[in-house]
Parts: sequence; structure tokens; C-alpha cells
Amino acid sequence: MALEAKNVSFRYGRRGPFVLEDVSLRVERGERVALFAPSGRGKTTLALLLAGYARPQSGQILLEGKPLPETGVCPVQLIWQHPEKAINPRWRLRRVLEESGAIHEEDLVALGIERAWLDRFPRELSGGELQRFCVARALCSGAPYLILDEISTMLDGITQAQIWNALLEAAEARSLGLLAVTHNPALAQRIATRTVEL
Amino acid sequence: MQPILEIQDLRVSFRMYDRGLAQRDLAVLSDLTLSVRPGEVVAVAGSSGSGKSLLASAILGLLPANATVGGEMRYKGEPLTQDRQKRLRGSEIALVPQSVQYLDPLMKVGPQADGHRSPRPVETRRRLFSRLGLPEGTEKLYPFQLSGGMARRVLVATALLADAQLLIADEPTPGMSLDQALEALRLFRGMADEGRAVVLITHDVDLAVAFADRVAVFYAGTTVEIAPAADFRAGAEALRHPYSQALWRALPQNGFVPIPGFQPYAGNLPRGCVFAPRCPRRTAACEAGVPPMRPVRGGEVRCLYGA
Repeated sequence: MALEAKNVSFRYGRRGPFVLEDVSLRVERGERVALFAPSGRGKTTLALLLAGYARPQSGQILLEGKPLPETGVCPVQLIWQHPEKAINPRWRLRRVLEESGAIHEEDLVALGIERAWLDRFPRELSGGELQRFCVARALCSGAPYLILDEISTMLDGITQAQIWNALLEAAEARSLGLLAVTHNPALAQRIATRTVEL
Repeated sequence: MQPILEIQDLRVSFRMYDRGLAQRDLAVLSDLTLSVRPGEVVAVAGSSGSGKSLLASAILGLLPANATVGGEMRYKGEPLTQDRQKRLRGSEIALVPQSVQYLDPLMKVGPQADGHRSPRPVETRRRLFSRLGLPEGTEKLYPFQLSGGMARRVLVATALLADAQLLIADEPTPGMSLDQALEALRLFRGMADEGRAVVLITHDVDLAVAFADRVAVFYAGTTVEIAPAADFRAGAEALRHPYSQALWRALPQNGFVPIPGFQPYAGNLPRGCVFAPRCPRRTAACEAGVPPMRPVRGGEVRCLYGA
């Protein structure tokens, strides 16, 4: 029961330098892995590969031993650093959530999402509030694996702690596999069961 | 010493369409006070959406056309008028913008950082790029070929090239690894130590307080506390405002404990203290009116009970 990158290599274009070369990584369910690397080393690219947004030129991404499914909601959900760029600006937030499945009341409560926010447009909410929706959307989809690409670097300390505490609780209860990209060692220590350097 | 930048009771509001053609003013910054002296790094911390970036735009005169600015801003003792902002920005006052989208997507980042200066400061720029750990050859790349952290380091180098008297850095470090962020902060500190000044807007409070002289804490469009950076290093008990204390306790290294609730919206602010709805110590007096900023132990606090 794991999400695996097996000897993956990736470059942008046919002649660009390799961003990732022969990288392997394994995340089990119930495990929370913090991924460390200097900027420009390919963390975000690895996140894109694991969540099925890009395909490696060589190597494989395997979920429970099989390639990622081609259709349906992807069982590996990626939460991005900039929530305002990851939400359809012309949809009300209720529709944003409904796209991923049924809205779970308990997730909204845990993340501190106000009912009134559901009827608003993304531009009417702050980055911290939108990021709660991105987390809720990923949780509501029922995906067993979440990739979190610096999801709280743009947020203040209190919002960061609110979102992560809700995420950790959900991960524990549903035995989710988490891969979190971060530059903050203190945060990694709080959230991760294991750290990996790229 | 005369402050290089002085902000008194700054108010910024946006004219918005309400329903149909009816318009209303939405106050986004109010009663904001801050002064920065030569030789100082002043960190601005606080809630996401509390108006920190708006302050940067207001100082540089980059607010959109529907914004109204009130209160007073002075640079080196003289009022900071629109004309003066236009003349000073990019040379005497430099900005590290928050979004990496400020880079011109159609221009290689090396020439872009050089700007219109002549002769082009190629050598200085290369030294800055390498000090910030940008790999050789980065100057020949376009912005889309950079990672988030690399783009931010280009923005920092670009602002430092201006050789400004006052640098406004709006979230310069996200995406950078720890040592790269530390190097950027060392460069800012060095600038201040030469007698210039830096306003460092950041969520990385723990990193910032190691390099800053003072910290201004923002909440819901106003300053709630101004404290010596040493108080942030000392811990929550040394801080004056319940919001600053809550922010300190929420940091991963200090407990990771959040307080419930969220920041009130512009246009929907409580009548009295903006933090009252979430405050464990609120009383009827807090809801009666906005408390004034008052000096406490070498800092300032906007709380009736801060001590």
C-alpha cells in the first residue's frame, strides 16, 4: 500500500537539462513525509509527476503497484502554494467544493470554514481562507494520498497552525499518505513522521 | 535621528460598486502608524490579508486608481507626494515585490535585473546572483524557466541593484531554502548597517526577528503592536498585544497552537478593537471604541490591557 516514484527522470522540452534524474521515493499510507531540497532542485516537478499532472520521460509513478488511473478523480491530490491560482475565479466556492464530491460538514468545521463563505467568489476571500478550501476540496475527494507543495508559506502563523492541525487530524483518522514540501525545519518536525532530502 | 520614513494615521480605502451604480468606500487600512530610522530593519508581521502588501503599495504610490489615501507619509522629513513617489521609486526607494509575476515574462532575467541603467551593472549583478546562490547561467533564462525560489532571488537581486536608501521587501523569502533565505536577510541587514533602512514584510517571523531591530504587528488593516525584535526572541510573555502573543504561540517551534476564529473583513469590522471577537481578555470597554496606540515598555500597543 504505497505511492511510489521509481527511478523517474524528467526534463522540460526535448533538450532541456534534466530537472529530476533517476529519483525514487516511496510514501506509505498513514505516513507523513517532509521533502527538503534547495530551490530549483525539482520539488514542484516531482509533486506534479506524483499527482499525474506531468509524465516522467523514464521511470514510473506507481500507486499500489499500478500506474495512476487515467479517468475519474485522481487518488493523489496536489495542494498548491498559491490557492488563488488553483481555484476557478468564476465559480462560487460551493461549486468549487462540489466538483470534488459531496461536501463533508465535519471537514468544513475542522478547517474553520464559515458557511457564508460558500456563497462567495474566490476574489472575495483572503489567501488563508482560500487555502482552507483547497485543503477541504482535496479531503472531500476521498483521495488516499495528498501532495502538499509549500501550502502554508504564504500564510500567517495562526492560519498555518489551524490548517495543519486540521490536516493532521484528518490524516490520522483516514490513514492518509502525505508528502509535504517545505523549507521550514520546525514545521517539518511538527508535521512529518519522516524527512527526505532530494 | 530623523526617521527616513514616517507614517502617521495612514488610511487607505477602495471605492467599490455595491449594488447597481451605488458606490461605497471600503476601508482597508486605518490608523496605521510606523516610523523607520536610518540603520534599521523593521519587520512587518501579522495576519494574511491584514494589509501588509497594501502598505508597500501605498509607500511606493502603486495603489490602483480607485484607492483613496489619507493620513500622512513623510520621506526624509518631506511629505511623500505622488510626484515624489514617482521620482524616488526604483532609485531611492526600491521594492522587492511579493509576486514573482512582477518579472517581465518576455525578457531574460539578467538584462531585466540590470534595468535601464547605463553602463549596465553586469559585474555587480553577477556578484549578487552568485551570493544568492543562483547557478551560473541563470542570467540567460526566462522567468518561466525558473523555480519559485529562484525567481524570488532574482527579484531580491534586482531591488538591491537599485542601491536605494530605503528598501521595501514584501515577502522576499518564500520558496527559498533556509540558507538562501538567511543570505538574503544578511544582505538586507548589511544595507541597514551602512545607514540605509529596510522594511521587511514577512510571515517567517522566526527568521525575521533574528535580523530585525523592531517588529510591527498588523491585524485587520492596522498596527496592533510595535515591539523591539528582542521581545519576539524572548517569547510570548514579553509581547504586549494578545494577537502578537497568539501569533508567537502558533509558530511550529513554539507550540503550534492556533487560536480559533478568523480575521474580520474590511467593511465588516467590529466597532471597537478589531481583535476583540477572538480575544480571551475582552471586556465591554474593548467593544466601545478603537483603542489608541500607547507606549508600553519601549514599544507600542493598541490594547487597553497590554502591559
